[in-house]
Amino acid sequence: MEDQATITDHLSTTHLLGIKQINVADINLIFKTADQFKEILSRSIKKVPSLRDITVANLFFENSTRTRISFELAEKRLGADVVNFSASSSSLKKGETLIDTVNNILAMKVDMVVMRHPKPGSCIFLSRHIDVPIINAGDGAHEHPTQALLDAYSIRERHGSLQGKKVVIVGDILHSRVALSNISCLHKLGAEVMVCGPTTLMPKYIRSLGVKVEHNLRRALEWCDVANMLRIQLERQEIMYFPSLREYAMMYGLTKEILDSLGKKITVMHPGPINRGVEVTSDVADSEASIILDQVENGVAVRMAILYLLAGKIKREE
Amino acid sequence: MKSKSILDKRSFELTISRLCHQLIENHGDFSDTALVGIQPRGIPFAKRISRQLQQILGKNDLVVGNIDVTFSRDDFRRRETPILPKSTKMDFIVEDKKVVLIDDVLFTGRTVRAALDEILCYGRPREVELLVLIDRRFSRHLPIEPNYVGRTIDTIETEKVKVEWEEIEGQDRVLVQKK
Repeated sequence: MEDQATITDHLSTTHLLGIKQINVADINLIFKTADQFKEILSRSIKKVPSLRDITVANLFFENSTRTRISFELAEKRLGADVVNFSASSSSLKKGETLIDTVNNILAMKVDMVVMRHPKPGSCIFLSRHIDVPIINAGDGAHEHPTQALLDAYSIRERHGSLQGKKVVIVGDILHSRVALSNISCLHKLGAEVMVCGPTTLMPKYIRSLGVKVEHNLRRALEWCDVANMLRIQLERQEIMYFPSLREYAMMYGLTKEILDSLGKKITVMHPGPINRGVEVTSDVADSEASIILDQVENGVAVRMAILYLLAGKIKREE
Repeated sequence: MKSKSILDKRSFELTISRLCHQLIENHGDFSDTALVGIQPRGIPFAKRISRQLQQILGKNDLVVGNIDVTFSRDDFRRRETPILPKSTKMDFIVEDKKVVLIDDVLFTGRTVRAALDEILCYGRPREVELLVLIDRRFSRHLPIEPNYVGRTIDTIETEKVKVEWEEIEGQDRVLVQKK
């Protein structure tokens, strides 16, 4: 499916810190490897032993359900040993620094780190101080590379390729790491990107990322092939950016009526968790246009591919 | 690089034909049997065997699959870069079937060991047999032996055995290359 000229036989990086740090060949390699893991996930025994001598620490300094479960399943299905850590039960509250916390975990012979952290850039910072591969599972409003990769993989699965596809990202662009990583990933794969949402939820310099900006949902949907409906991140909003959720849903919520009136088929995505009736209505989320559950399924395969390719670079102790 | 021919077009044809008849002796009409080629070079061999068997038996419903062993290999992280997987296609039930694993060259036995692991991920076959075109004997790292052999040869480790297929390289032949 991908251009053979832009595929490589190994990743150009030893960490996955963000989409910014990887190239098109890396992305195509991850997708190609994920194709095979998808086949494995359809078997009666969904497990391979490649990472049986690797221990992965999942460090979640911020709440997560699906990303943590998805990573944990990916790790376990590759045969890795897994330790989980969540901020609520940690020593952070006792005043320990991030580097100290991570170094203490690494001292217990951990080979890879998957980290989610509320501070933007924390994975990049950590990568300068420790020498095991780090996978960014979301750092503040900065990047969420595995989500962007699984989104692009899911579009590729439905549409064959991303080249020339028109993708609109709708909603809370200001607080969204998914939006930032997605824009970067989609551009690298040759897709056109538009963002759509209220002015208050649009970062000031958004146009400098080379995206189209639209404030009218219908016009955005008429333009696009794929609509990625982002969740309204109320937990990150320190002030009210719009009068009410009800008003947001009326202006930017995707309903079956709008979908049916477009006169063409578009693909609807959502990174989850869905606020049904806010970003999308239930009948849209459960419709044929929606690939929301495919995204979740593909997430495990894509994360397996990333773990496999990065683990392959870890030197063995002689 | 010097190379020596082990099988030419004529002997290649005869060998494949003999292997097919040996398979028929043990598997009858193949109603309980699945032929599984090991990626990458076992695939053209499995295709050739199945095509010829279908001609001999006059039927076209042989169960053929292919399996990639990348994730079950025992040399992950022992190479500079990880080996990249190729496609697996096993769209049949393995449970209680007789499986014939097919590969072009049997050398250390490690690939076959990985293939056995992969097959078991799909179910519990009644039995598994191994068919190879070339058996490089005395070079095994594991206690694995083939049930059907095209040609047994003696080689040293630095030599490379290359099986070429008409549909890929333009002609059927087997070469031993000396470095």
